[in-house]
Amino acid sequence: MGDIVTMDDLTNQEIVAVLDDAERLVPVARGDVYLPLLQGKVLANMFFENSTRTRMSFETAMKRLGGSVLNFTSIGTSVAKGETLYDTMQMIDGYADVAAIRHPRQGAAQYSADAVEIPILNAGDGAGNHPTQTMLDLFTIRQAHGTLEGLNVVLVGDLRYGRTVHSLSHALVRFGAKLTLVSPSTLKMPVEIVSDLREHGSEIMETESLEDQIAGADVIYVTRIQKERFPDEDEYAKVAGIYKIGVSNLSGAMKGMIIMHPLPRVDEIDPGVDSTEFARYFEQAFNGVPTRMALLCRSLGIDVPKEVN
Amino acid sequence: MSEMRRVTAIRNGTVVDHIPSGNAMQVIRILRIDTDRATPVSLVMNVPSDKLGRKDVLKIEDRELDQEDLDRLALIAPAASIAIIRNHAVAEKMKVELADDLLNIAKCSFWNCITKNDREPLPQRMRVTSRNPLQVRCYYCGRDQEINELIENVL
Repeated sequence: MGDIVTMDDLTNQEIVAVLDDAERLVPVARGDVYLPLLQGKVLANMFFENSTRTRMSFETAMKRLGGSVLNFTSIGTSVAKGETLYDTMQMIDGYADVAAIRHPRQGAAQYSADAVEIPILNAGDGAGNHPTQTMLDLFTIRQAHGTLEGLNVVLVGDLRYGRTVHSLSHALVRFGAKLTLVSPSTLKMPVEIVSDLREHGSEIMETESLEDQIAGADVIYVTRIQKERFPDEDEYAKVAGIYKIGVSNLSGAMKGMIIMHPLPRVDEIDPGVDSTEFARYFEQAFNGVPTRMALLCRSLGIDVPKEVN
Repeated sequence: MSEMRRVTAIRNGTVVDHIPSGNAMQVIRILRIDTDRATPVSLVMNVPSDKLGRKDVLKIEDRELDQEDLDRLALIAPAASIAIIRNHAVAEKMKVELADDLLNIAKCSFWNCITKNDREPLPQRMRVTSRNPLQVRCYYCGRDQEINELIENVL
């Protein structure tokens, strides 16, 4: 019941409720207030694939709420000996109250949710879904603009393989966002996804040039062009570094515009941008903590108090 | 001569009528009759039909199709009508009906789906997301399936 495998597991109303909870939990996430809502509860961090931010922010979120964490990696464990996901998850069902799972295979989170009783939070399955990232992205956007409705969001970079931009764009059109998709032709958003997005009645524009889009943007969401996706070095060289945002590009930007990035970055955003009013990517990474706190509470059926202090 | 009489009537077994013209071979494959050398099968293809224009008909001797067979059949012959024959008479008539959820009917064709590990014990599960045209999506990984590939992957 508390599973979150894809963003479809949450209605718009529930999304807003979780974001409201997350907002109230910010002082707890910063360590300014101690609120042991999840005391005695155990989170299993099931990472069958590497992760830095997602794993650590789940861990911090749980610990700041007074809960504890079991960290699992597949290297050198029973998985390396050929254990099925089903069996591994059966074990965890007996050890923890909730599990966050990242797995290289697509569908692993839904499979786990069906295999066990405890609630499952999908922390990334192959090129599939990553709903807790989407939630923290929505949180960051709403924090800056006060709303999710009707914003002009520019998505830049690898829109073909990036699971982050796929689930984010699905969520944004549910709130009536206008999307501008900026990518080289080889890394365009898959046509099925674009047609899904248009079906929502949203305005979707596709272009290869970032320059003209900066002035009208409320949000510029930059992603890394992933070298490992390219069959050969030459193809990668053609598009590597094609979108670079420096301070000089931002002179025409609207006041209040924010630049986001799921991180890690390579050279898409010049470090000079970090100190401008536009940069939100480090805050975005922090926002993973209150957002995941709110999601953990929801999954465990614990209400976040209306006042936190 | 009645169209049904192009081949001899069977004593016991199943008649699958109203298969879309040209799909009989796929039906044979999907029902795993092609590997079952003990079952006599009569096949009529491309005969005129009021309902379909042209149709294929299969007569399978000494085998009564069950619900699981019908669920598979629904993937390629959703309008088929089934008659169970006992002692030369129609003992039972059944309609093929495509369920919303296809449990253990076919394997997902996506190379990186969690169900690709044969040792994973949970059932293969597909969702019918559209009936006309037929669209089937893996419940776990969310990938839409090519119908032809799906037929090859029938369990």
